[in-house]
Amino acid sequence: MKVGVVQFPGTNCDHDLYHALGRSVGFEPVYLWHKEADLRGCEAIMLPGGFSYGDYLRCGAIAKFAPVMREVAAFAEKGGPVVGICNGFQILTESGLLPGALLRNRSLQFICEYVRLKVETERTPFTRKAAPGALLRVPINHGEGNYYIDGEGLKRLEGEGQVVFRYVDEAGEATEAANPNGALRNIAGVCNARRNVVGLMPHPERVVEEALGGVDGKVLFESLLG
Amino acid sequence: MKAKVTVKLKKGVLDPQGKAILSSGHALGFEELSDVRAGKVFEIDLNTEDKAKAEPRLKQLADKLLANTVIESFEVEIL
Repeated sequence: MKVGVVQFPGTNCDHDLYHALGRSVGFEPVYLWHKEADLRGCEAIMLPGGFSYGDYLRCGAIAKFAPVMREVAAFAEKGGPVVGICNGFQILTESGLLPGALLRNRSLQFICEYVRLKVETERTPFTRKAAPGALLRVPINHGEGNYYIDGEGLKRLEGEGQVVFRYVDEAGEATEAANPNGALRNIAGVCNARRNVVGLMPHPERVVEEALGGVDGKVLFESLLG
Repeated sequence: MKAKVTVKLKKGVLDPQGKAILSSGHALGFEELSDVRAGKVFEIDLNTEDKAKAEPRLKQLADKLLANTVIESFEVEIL
């Protein structure tokens, strides 16, 4: 399976993602440079983490105007699977491909730690092989991951089952203590109404091999295969 | 011609920066502060003097680029 890894200036998780998709999961990853409006026949597109364009203005605000993003939007429009991780999630919300926005962490601190994630729905191309309600141990690494959406939007997200991941404690409860960044309803990842575009703040590409400290992220990448 | 675009977080959107500034203000003895909201100001030079044309263009710019209207509102002022 050919999977595109989009690179912007300032992207820094592209090689990790490439490794996870290729060596760990056995797909054929392809780098897609932000200036090229060509997805090279990829069957899924991933936007990795980092600091595209130095996070200038707002995280993801400049990246959304890159030529490659017009193609990504058209690909998503046709129902193609698109997944954004961390800065990739921020770019997808800035582009309007996903609802909501990511605000500064409640603590104002950059947070780098392991969290526990609950898979809230397996009805997305990134979670379909996960067991419903599965708990995954995955690291986060961000300063602006505090998910926000207005009241009406939140109702729609919860009502339509568009919350894909939530920060939870060991018992699987979305408690205040398990919420690292102040995200509304402990939301760590969402999908669009059509369910083919997914964004999440945590980094599953960092837990795909025992040597990296865990394999909990692997099932998400394997899900892309359908 | 010069213009100023002010971008602020919408009402009801949590502003952790504003809260941190507020508590620092209190720590410095400015007890009269009851709330602080942090925002951004863009000072813009334009190569036109046509105010009527510039204003809607600046609003477009703010809407498309300078503000994320999911969380922010903006004001355009021609100076």
